[in-house]
Amino acid sequence: MEVLAFLIPVSLLLGALGLVAFLWALRNRQYDDPKGDAERILSDEWDDQPKP
Amino acid sequence: MTDASAQFESRLSACPACDAAPLAGRLAQAGPAARGDIVLSLPTAHCAVCISDVERALTAVPGVRDARVNLTLRRVTIDAEGLTAPDLIPVLDRIGYEAHELDPGALSATAADRHGRDLLMRIGVSGFAMMNIMILSVAVWSGADDSTRDLFHWISGAIALPTVAFAGQPFFSSALRALRAGRLGMDVPISLALILASAISVYETFHGGRHAYFDAAAMLCFFLLIGRYLDYRTRAVARSAAEELTALEVPRAIRLTDGAEQTVPVAELRPDDLILVRPGGRIPADGVVTAGASEIDRSLLTGESVPVAAHPGQPLSAGEVNLTGPLTLRVTAAGQDSSLARLTALVAAAETARGHYTSLADRASRFYAPVVHTVALLSFLGWLWATRDVRVSLNVAAAVLIITCPCALGLAVPAVITAASGRLFRAGLLIKDGTALERLAEVDTVVFDKTGTLTMGTPRVDNPDALDGDARAVALALAAGSSHPLSRALAGTLADTAPAALDDLREVPGYGIEGRWQGQLVRLGRADWIGAEGDAPGAASWLRIGERVQRIDFTDSLRPGAEECAAQMQAMGLRVMILSGDGAGAVADIAARLGIVEWRAGVTPQDKAAVIAELAAEGRRVLMVGDGLNDTAALSAAHASISPASALDAARVASDMVLMGAGLAPVADAVGVARASVRRIRENFGVSVSYNILAVPIAIAGFATPLIAALAMSASSICVTLNALRLR
Repeated sequence: MEVLAFLIPVSLLLGALGLVAFLWALRNRQYDDPKGDAERILSDEWDDQPKP
Repeated sequence: MTDASAQFESRLSACPACDAAPLAGRLAQAGPAARGDIVLSLPTAHCAVCISDVERALTAVPGVRDARVNLTLRRVTIDAEGLTAPDLIPVLDRIGYEAHELDPGALSATAADRHGRDLLMRIGVSGFAMMNIMILSVAVWSGADDSTRDLFHWISGAIALPTVAFAGQPFFSSALRALRAGRLGMDVPISLALILASAISVYETFHGGRHAYFDAAAMLCFFLLIGRYLDYRTRAVARSAAEELTALEVPRAIRLTDGAEQTVPVAELRPDDLILVRPGGRIPADGVVTAGASEIDRSLLTGESVPVAAHPGQPLSAGEVNLTGPLTLRVTAAGQDSSLARLTALVAAAETARGHYTSLADRASRFYAPVVHTVALLSFLGWLWATRDVRVSLNVAAAVLIITCPCALGLAVPAVITAASGRLFRAGLLIKDGTALERLAEVDTVVFDKTGTLTMGTPRVDNPDALDGDARAVALALAAGSSHPLSRALAGTLADTAPAALDDLREVPGYGIEGRWQGQLVRLGRADWIGAEGDAPGAASWLRIGERVQRIDFTDSLRPGAEECAAQMQAMGLRVMILSGDGAGAVADIAARLGIVEWRAGVTPQDKAAVIAELAAEGRRVLMVGDGLNDTAALSAAHASISPASALDAARVASDMVLMGAGLAPVADAVGVARASVRRIRENFGVSVSYNILAVPIAIAGFATPLIAALAMSASSICVTLNALRLR
């Protein structure tokens, strides 16, 4: 059962990584226009390079 | 009710009079736009092509640095140096997008965003906690025991306690408010369940107990916050659009001080000020004409579709629109004394008469909270009496509270309302009030205003063929010289003919236009000025060429979808009627075209509200659809109300729903969707109740384990959400 000493911190760390990623996305206003983002992927503008 | 909803209520429905009076000093908040940002509303944008069309067209304009469409809010934010909205609206108009300027100062989007992001963050944190605790809990459920179980419980507790403390705050603060006010809201049992579950679990963990409810506490937070967020989001979208509508019009007036023109906020006008009203402008305050002659469109105040003449000495009311010539007015009443304010007072009176509508969710929670508390308390006492063991009894009571905790109930209404209002929003109908859908579902009578609601408020030539070749050419040349609505309609109809060459073309404000054609005097205008017999039942204009006089008739064009809407509503068994301030002829004509049997003409604003009240006294639930100030009192008195986006802001504020597009068809659909969504809400309540009937006896009997609680909770929440999604 010693493996738990590693696995539990690892699972918590992975979960925390997910949480941090979510908070980052939230603070970067990724959720401000969900409908627009869903539609924008269909547009082929800026397919070659990111919008400056 | 959350903070956001409380703010929303107080902003929009608690005091329509304040919002309705554009004089009240809204300008104070409307500060300058931040760093050259222009915000335009795009009511017709709906897809990827729209986004790239609009952004490409705008960025192609010199001076525009960046343009970004927000499709969720149907808005575009433009970063442009030295440009104003009137420069950019025609650009969008040319590529076929309707756009309206918004006052960025009146949009409090940032505060609303912050609250939404705050809720999302709490959802994220509780979701993280729930999943991690669940990993450990599954191990416990599948047989971990002794020190392993205790270790897992300790770790779970270390995650759950901070999570509950952070993510549960919206519930705790709202429960505290409810308790202070002496009420038992839905949030009191929720908070109690969260606190009791955490406390019991900590105690059990200390004593190496078998059951800990940390996962249940985190899961409760997660599901309930989702319901909260959906609820908030529906309100936020509606509120931002409602703000948009009020941001559309900035009330200003042109004051003449010693002959110099000065633009001032309407709120600063005082009696005896001289104000100038340009053609096309709305009259900002009650006053008497001192100079100028023109025609006045009073359709928004009275519903009359035929313009009336204005001469020096004539009193005019705020809200009327000046059509042809510039007018100078001496203000007789401004602010609280004006007729606009008197009408808004009428609205306030009607609003209080309507009273507070108790939503299905409120009724459910009013019944629910005492029952839950009693059941939990009784099972605690019962177990205490049977076993004399406080620890076991508390465990059972906590299990009862967790099982009965209204996860499904908290999602039942928001999920349905979100799905339904999303569907109506796509159809072009905006819901401003949370209970509007429920009220709309109960409607059995529909009252329409005519001018501006069933009709577009723009005239159309009835008899273009009555004019022969020369007359057409002369009429076009005359009509093209004026911005009067009838002239514009005539010019539009005759656009395919070549205009005649006229000399000495001039507009005589208040009468018409005249000129010389091949040496003869030609005139287009009012009957008495042309010299014709002037008893026109509808809107008409006369054309004089030399001695020959011809009459041109106009009717108001129907709003697209009006026929289908009226037919569909009657097919649904609704009683449909028209109440209009316009003359009997025009109303009868429209009623016949729409197949509506019941109509009344020449109705004053007070009468409209009185008719609605009469219908209500007969036990009828009335849906009022109207756009003018004369409808405002009726809109607030009705059980539910809808106004088109072209309506005066007072009417829009007074109504529950706003029709964003030009078509009337969504109104009939809305009644159908509202009925379907109330059915779904009831079904969802049924799901929650039957789940409680199954699970509560298990909890009272003391057989509830954290595993059963987790299964029951998530199963019922998912059922309820899926049922709501059937509406989309």
